[in-house]
Amino acid sequence: MYRYDEYDREFVEQRAKQFARQVERRLAGELSEEQFLPLRLMNGLYLQLHAYMLRINVPYGCLNTTQLRKLAHIARVYDKGYGHWTTRQNMQFNWIKLDDMPEILLELASVEMHGIQSSGNCIRNITADEYAGVAADELEDPRVYCELLRQWSSLHPEFSFLPRKFKIAITGARHDRAAVLAHDIGLRLHENDSGESGFEVFVGGGLGRTPFVGKSIRDFVATRDILAYCEAVLRVYNQLGRRDNKFKARIKILVHEMGAAAFAELVEKEYEFIKDGALELAKEEVERIRMHFAPPAYESLPDVSPALESQKAEDTAFATWCKNQLAAHKQPGYAIVNISCTPIGKPPGDIACDQMEALADLADEFNFGELRVTHNQNLVFTDIRKQDLHALWQKLVPLGLSTPNHGLITDTICCPGLDYCALANARSIPLAEKISERFADQERQEEIGEIYLNLSGCINACGHHHVGHIGIVGVDKKNSELYQLMLGGSADENASLGKILGPGFDEDGIVNAVEKVVDTYLEIREEGEKFIDTYRRVGPGPFKENVYRAPA
Amino acid sequence: MPLLKDGKLTDDPFVYVDGDAEIPADRAIIVPLARWKSDRDALRGRSAGLGVRLKSDESPAEIADDLDSLAVVALDFPVFKDGRSYSSARLLRERYGYQGEVRAVGDVGLEQLHFMQRAGFDAFEIDSDDPEKDWQTAQGDVSIWYQPTGDGRPTVAQQRKS
Ligand code: SF4
Repeated sequence: MYRYDEYDREFVEQRAKQFARQVERRLAGELSEEQFLPLRLMNGLYLQLHAYMLRINVPYGCLNTTQLRKLAHIARVYDKGYGHWTTRQNMQFNWIKLDDMPEILLELASVEMHGIQSSGNCIRNITADEYAGVAADELEDPRVYCELLRQWSSLHPEFSFLPRKFKIAITGARHDRAAVLAHDIGLRLHENDSGESGFEVFVGGGLGRTPFVGKSIRDFVATRDILAYCEAVLRVYNQLGRRDNKFKARIKILVHEMGAAAFAELVEKEYEFIKDGALELAKEEVERIRMHFAPPAYESLPDVSPALESQKAEDTAFATWCKNQLAAHKQPGYAIVNISCTPIGKPPGDIACDQMEALADLADEFNFGELRVTHNQNLVFTDIRKQDLHALWQKLVPLGLSTPNHGLITDTICCPGLDYCALANARSIPLAEKISERFADQERQEEIGEIYLNLSGCINACGHHHVGHIGIVGVDKKNSELYQLMLGGSADENASLGKILGPGFDEDGIVNAVEKVVDTYLEIREEGEKFIDTYRRVGPGPFKENVYRAPA
Repeated sequence: MPLLKDGKLTDDPFVYVDGDAEIPADRAIIVPLARWKSDRDALRGRSAGLGVRLKSDESPAEIADDLDSLAVVALDFPVFKDGRSYSSARLLRERYGYQGEVRAVGDVGLEQLHFMQRAGFDAFEIDSDDPEKDWQTAQGDVSIWYQPTGDGRPTVAQQRKS
């Protein structure tokens, strides 16, 4: 993965000191809370219901074990002993004291980490396919460009006070695991007819109150021009994005109001001026960065491991785990391993400091000292020798990190909700736990198959409910918690937004409704159909009928 | 409001003429864009210094052809978090090659100085007890920049090459 050089290190240290100075000015009353707010946001510090929340960037989800141990240390010393993986592949601590911040930032800087731009109206952590560099279906490793974009966007002198936050995601694979169509800018790496690599550019996707699927505004931007093209998009947005209404300030509204074609035209005009200028990527710099993502020292192995096959045959629990948690690797004899941080009946994405430390040890032992955070709030070991899978699994079991629910209904995405968040209408974590318990039976989950169930505590949609196959959102009705049910969303290359099925439910009601939806699917599905396929074939009708039928 | 120019407190030779107010003879003035548009020829004929103030939603493209006549372009920050004028400053410097003073006015303070400098501002009407100290603080804060802008400072990528 990318390692800082002296410049990157100096940059983060300077910023940590700068924030220490800003905190001092705030505590001395030289800065008002209003002036301090954007500064602390720019360093990842939110004020939540009960305490400050600190969000720490994990650039495009890549983490090494030194960093993970540092996060564990921060959780133990400055928080309540655990942290939380977010849908932007970041780590979030929910119980931070303002006075501790300068020290925490210096600790983070010592392991090449920070919270810069993890919140505020600026370009946020760039996200990517969690299997980047190793996926069997990958065309090109997107991390090189993630890193170039990360550096370009770090405290950009022009784009640090945008109308609203700005999220960029990149995929380099055929199957989109980075939800690029749900981002302000989504980039899809591909080759043009002459074999040159570049990006298809989508803009204006996003969830929140007014969800949109991103629109393609250019089929191909050569990779060397990508910073220039993004600068053009950002400049148009910075100048024209709405600032009169916070809820209409995202680029998706601008693109929607003026139309994607008109927006694209403005970008092209701007791009004409910028292109072939100082932002053009120099080959040496791209190659320098590419070196950081060189594959680790793989052994040449046969793709089938006889040891693994016999271990699976002997141990059904292990076989179940393998069936659900593994993904195909580029390199023969290796596997990508998904590690669930969403165990049955527990808060999705939470991780304790002891678990972090144990995982760091395991990643050192089995995975070249690195790991990934996914936007589904789980972790990935990218490079496990197939013959080591059983040993790894045996060590994951006692840590509570062996739940075999990857891509299944209990592997929910869930926002913090009313337990932490000042904006929430309803609790989301306890509901996710309840649903998870209802579907705890492993055989039944597997029988149901792939379902993404996403849950948000309010319409701001931090839990991505619009793009869950099943989406749930908390709404406020006469001061009681009420949940709405949506079906048919999807975040991949065939992205779609879920539609509300009908009137909302209370907490028990929504769990029952989800179950009826699932039962309906099981009843009517055709051979080989996943839930989303069936929904797309039949529409909401049969589901609605079953969910809202009066009890006999 | 104190004027900080190139890091030093200076007397501001310019006065603002708002709306339809009378134009003082022989004084350097800064007028709003609307006034510039309506009285362009008369204003051009004066011998004293002249500037135009753009609100954050007014594009510098509006004055791109007039820049030779202008000693100052003042760009407005109605609130701290309104970042449009950063784009305006870069366009003035980098697209239109403007060499005169680009002045930040409105909600301007220490914490924005480094962004503004890099975007092309060289003068600041800054709300502070000690603007020169703020300037020093801002200079000491950061020396690492990733993005190329018109101020010509070497970026990290350029430094790596050398
Ligand atoms: S979706 Fe709403 S409740 Fe959940 S974290 Fe976001 S703002 Fe808070």
